[in-house]
Amino acid sequence: MNKLITSIRIALRALKVNQARSALTMLGIIIGVAAVIAMVGVGAGATTRIQQQIQSIGSNLIIVLPGSISANGVRLGSGAVATLTQDDAKAIATDCPSVAITAPTVRGGVQVVYGSNNWATTAQGVTPDYMTIRDYTLLFGQFFTTQDVDAAAKTAVLGETVAQNLFGDSDPTGQVVIIKNVPFTVVGVLTPKGQSPTGQDQDDVILLPISTATEKVLGANKANAKAVSSLMVQAISPEAMDQAIQEVEALLHERHRILPGLDDDFTIRNLTEVFAAQETSAQVMSILLGAIASVSLIVGGIGIMNIMLVSVTERTREIGLRLAVGAKRGDILSQFLVEAVTLSLLGGIIGIVTGLTASLLISYFAQWSTQVSMLSILTSFLFSALVGVFFGYYPARKAAFLNPIEALRYE
Amino acid sequence: MAAIIEIKDLVKDFRLGAVPVHVLKGISFEIERGDFVSIMGPSGSGKSTLMNILGCLDTPTSGSYQLDGVSVGALNSDQLAEIRNKKIGFVFQQFNLLARTIASENVELPLLYSDTPAGERHERAMKALLAVGLAGREDHQPSQLSGGQQQRVAIARSLVNNPRIILADEPTGALDSRIGIEIMAIFQRLNRDEGITMIVVTHDPDIASYASRNLHFKDGRLQGDVRLEKPRDARKDLEQLPAEPVEEVAPA
Repeated sequence: MNKLITSIRIALRALKVNQARSALTMLGIIIGVAAVIAMVGVGAGATTRIQQQIQSIGSNLIIVLPGSISANGVRLGSGAVATLTQDDAKAIATDCPSVAITAPTVRGGVQVVYGSNNWATTAQGVTPDYMTIRDYTLLFGQFFTTQDVDAAAKTAVLGETVAQNLFGDSDPTGQVVIIKNVPFTVVGVLTPKGQSPTGQDQDDVILLPISTATEKVLGANKANAKAVSSLMVQAISPEAMDQAIQEVEALLHERHRILPGLDDDFTIRNLTEVFAAQETSAQVMSILLGAIASVSLIVGGIGIMNIMLVSVTERTREIGLRLAVGAKRGDILSQFLVEAVTLSLLGGIIGIVTGLTASLLISYFAQWSTQVSMLSILTSFLFSALVGVFFGYYPARKAAFLNPIEALRYE
Repeated sequence: MAAIIEIKDLVKDFRLGAVPVHVLKGISFEIERGDFVSIMGPSGSGKSTLMNILGCLDTPTSGSYQLDGVSVGALNSDQLAEIRNKKIGFVFQQFNLLARTIASENVELPLLYSDTPAGERHERAMKALLAVGLAGREDHQPSQLSGGQQQRVAIARSLVNNPRIILADEPTGALDSRIGIEIMAIFQRLNRDEGITMIVVTHDPDIASYASRNLHFKDGRLQGDVRLEKPRDARKDLEQLPAEPVEEVAPA
């Protein structure tokens, strides 16, 4: 212990003698560590943002869309024909054991009017289960109830964007908005969710009871009054997703009387899977960024080795003298190793501070969320120590195995 | 008085490419404890090689070397380092002080490698500096000291571990003759008062005349071994020299 403290003191003194050189050598490590921290921070920030967006959609979600059918040889696009109904939704909820709840949705563009303000938005006819499935919470008031749906009540829940545009910051509950000449009483405002993973504003929406929406606002489908635009299905757990998809598929085959070998008139999408792919690509990007930054750390390490080699040559006589007055090979080895590690650790610490600052600046100026974890700080600290040991060992060994007689005579 | 150094049939060969060079060709002698020996000889006579072996910096090709009862030939490099640290003090022609390092820390250097606590290191360094007449200069860096003062710092460094012998390789070679005599006065005092065995390599017969025994080497062999009945006393010589009007100053 005593010896180690002495070695550190000798090392610090040697570094102080050549301040400019020490600082420049450290710069390599500083840049390397700072780059690793900032880049991993950027990557982690991107990953987290994608995760948050995925969570904003709701968890364990399967979406069932009305599919294409061929009518007289003409194939119509997805959703062109109303093949999914509210009854399908009810059947899925009751008959599929891996399904927790379902939420049928009808959708259409509307103009919402309040006093002298008006706003174009998407109206969605939904049931109270929609709120559960999408993990919605309310900023003001409450959601409409099953009774409201059964009675086709004229109640509405506003998305935050709609509320802002019509009412500003004030609480709109109890106010009446007009959609297609039908007055609706606002019962609640949704807590904002922000952007969806595809970049849409999830708060630019007005939610109505599905019955009211089809009867009074969007107009019922002529072919099927109970047709829906989409059907959200929530599985009971993340593991039950695949099972739920199979069950829904089988049930819909049976209900729609689709014989084996024929085209489905619906499409099932696993939303979680789609966005998980995005998440993976963000993670790959952050690993890549980290790997590129690590290269600069290694370059910094080579800088340390270079300077230590110069230092050993320069101080050959000093090493010879130390050997002559009784330093063992191990003493010389540890002295130079401590010097290299001191350089790299000091560089590491300054690099961590620089990296933290850099990632703060990146998130401030580029409006890019960065996230520096304790783990990446610890890792880069340990890694810079390791760089010191690895790149310091060869010069230190060279110093330790100098011939004292030749070293003393070295000019 | 028992011998502190016993050398028998010492041979040292170097290999320059394919050709072996016989530097020491079978040397035998003893040096008694507390003796003051000078070693002389022309360049290439093998005296430096002998000094390296005596100082445990090098090992002989064959023959035996006993230092203070220990057979040095059988030791590994760590054990040799320990002997250098505990029993031998070195003084070099070029002083070999650490630049940009104050005198007291230069003197402490050998103690760094003998597990001496910091407080005791400083105390012993100050004592050694006092013994060579440099009290008050402990905070000076080598560049702030004259050549003679630097060599005295080096002597203090060789003393600090209480060695049995001091090996001085041309200690006055880089110094003015008067300062050379001052250095010899210090050596004589250490030899007389502390009982430290002194071995001094020199070219200068005047310097050799302060030793009580002269060993003369030529062509890798011991050519002459003369005991001086009355070696010169450096302190008396100094008194007879005209007094230096100015204190030694650092060279510009």
